[in-house]
Amino acid sequence: MNSIAVSARQISASIGKHPILHGIDLQLPEARWTSIVGPNGAGKSTLLKVLAGLLPAQGDLALLGRPLHAIPARERALLLAWLGQNEGSADDLASYDVAMLGRLPHQPWLAPPAAADHAAVEQALRTTQAWDWRDRPLAQLSGGERQRVLLARALAVQARVLLMDEPLANLDPPHQTDWLHTVRALVAGGGTVVSVLHEVSIALQADDMVIMDAGRVVHHGACRDGATHAALEQVFGRRIQVRQIDGMWMALPRV
Amino acid sequence: MNPHRRALWCALWLLFASVALLLCGVGVGSTGFESVLRMWDEPVARQIVWDIRLPRTLGAWLAGALLGLAGAVAQGLFRNPLADPYLLGSASGAALGGAVAMALFGTSPLAAQWFTRLGVTGMAFIGAAGAVGLTLVLAKGVQHTLRLLLAGVIVGVVLGALRDLVELASPDILQSMQSFTLGTTSFVGWMACALMAAAWGVCSVLAWVLARALDGLTLGEATAASLGLPLAPMRVGLVAALALATGTAVAQTGLIAFVGLAAPHLVRSIVRVTHERHIVLSSLMGAVLLLAADILARWVLAPQELPVGVLTAALGGTYLLWLMHRRTSQSSAL
Repeated sequence: MNSIAVSARQISASIGKHPILHGIDLQLPEARWTSIVGPNGAGKSTLLKVLAGLLPAQGDLALLGRPLHAIPARERALLLAWLGQNEGSADDLASYDVAMLGRLPHQPWLAPPAAADHAAVEQALRTTQAWDWRDRPLAQLSGGERQRVLLARALAVQARVLLMDEPLANLDPPHQTDWLHTVRALVAGGGTVVSVLHEVSIALQADDMVIMDAGRVVHHGACRDGATHAALEQVFGRRIQVRQIDGMWMALPRV
Repeated sequence: MNPHRRALWCALWLLFASVALLLCGVGVGSTGFESVLRMWDEPVARQIVWDIRLPRTLGAWLAGALLGLAGAVAQGLFRNPLADPYLLGSASGAALGGAVAMALFGTSPLAAQWFTRLGVTGMAFIGAAGAVGLTLVLAKGVQHTLRLLLAGVIVGVVLGALRDLVELASPDILQSMQSFTLGTTSFVGWMACALMAAAWGVCSVLAWVLARALDGLTLGEATAASLGLPLAPMRVGLVAALALATGTAVAQTGLIAFVGLAAPHLVRSIVRVTHERHIVLSSLMGAVLLLAADILARWVLAPQELPVGVLTAALGGTYLLWLMHRRTSQSSAL
């Protein structure tokens, strides 16, 4: 059994006066890919932000066995990387400079990037196939190209835990497949990936799945488990069906 | 071309333009270029060049550098391309601070004592910082562009009205306040230059040290926090740099609009780099812009002269309109 990478006990969170999460208990194992799915407004993104320590919440959080609040911000930034959705646009920076921001936790204050930083950035940009436009500002890129640069920024951190909110936004099918390979390689190398996904079929390729509804976790289990498939069909009001095609589990519309 | 090399070229060009304009500024004035030629033998000519034209020209460059820096910091800090010291109300706050200081100390902008200059500058700094704070409270943060700009305009109008009240209560400062509100470099002496140079040094170091926070913020609040950046203290430092730059510039030259807005935009249209370089380039660009405008203001109606604030307001207002038009047509095209 793998040790626990991210742990949450009795987590409740509100945005403004609006309660979003209600008493969530979650143990996400290390060196595995967990996908979080659920209908719109289920609280998936809020949960991910809380797990990353980016949103205040009641309850106990732990990262790699240590209480999250006890880890200094800089050290936490080295252990956990975050890729959000629709945050800043960084329009004015060149792709290379954007990816280099992922190396901030590694650099001493005011020190210029070291050779290791340049190497990590190049590797990350090549992984997401964004190396060719490294000198172009984000403002001149399409939505999918921009997303690949932002993904490279998160990869460049080289953290043990990577949390991603809607990482496939704007990616075309071939690059969704590339993303899948990237995540698989990270997990094979001992990394932990947690991703909120709307693309249920891609989410089913993960190791484990957390299914949320109305601010609660309704199911947490292996992706190839029958109980997970039943819970998935249930939470989407039986408007999707989970079927196996060529050995892969897929979510199809029920027509 | 690699953006970093392009930025270096841009900096070299701006420095070259600065030197050319400084030479030009020393030559332009009611007594013409002859004063420069005769300054070695005639004490009056030497005084005109050395004690009037040179500090004034240098002062215009420094005030522009401060405003350009303030504009770049404001736009990065508030993640808002339309933020500038003027639109955020900080310039009005600085002017109010200056008016209160003049009313209290009974001084005019011509006053040459160190401590009164420092007093006016200090009050302008407090006014600028207070105004930014007020704008942020009214706008409930920086997220909403329109609310931020509206709050800035409201703060500017209210603080402007307060300044009028201060002027009415102490009519003896009316004369000096008028040139102050129009924005002019004609009262800038060596002392004002020294003050602005010192403030520019402090603000540049502060902004340079905190530039990484501005880079991180371009990715959004959550991502910047996830990178381990201590955002709260960095924000305080950046607002302090913004207020010090605006306050010092306004205390010496009065209200000069749009330099802080236009300089970072012009830089971005030439080269897009991280804030470490962007702030330096914007500062140089602001300096070149204001010095060029100042020379133009002295030359257009010579031997009369135009307050440079009037000129930058007219030119800068047009530029802002064009910028907004371009942004609207761009966003409707998407």
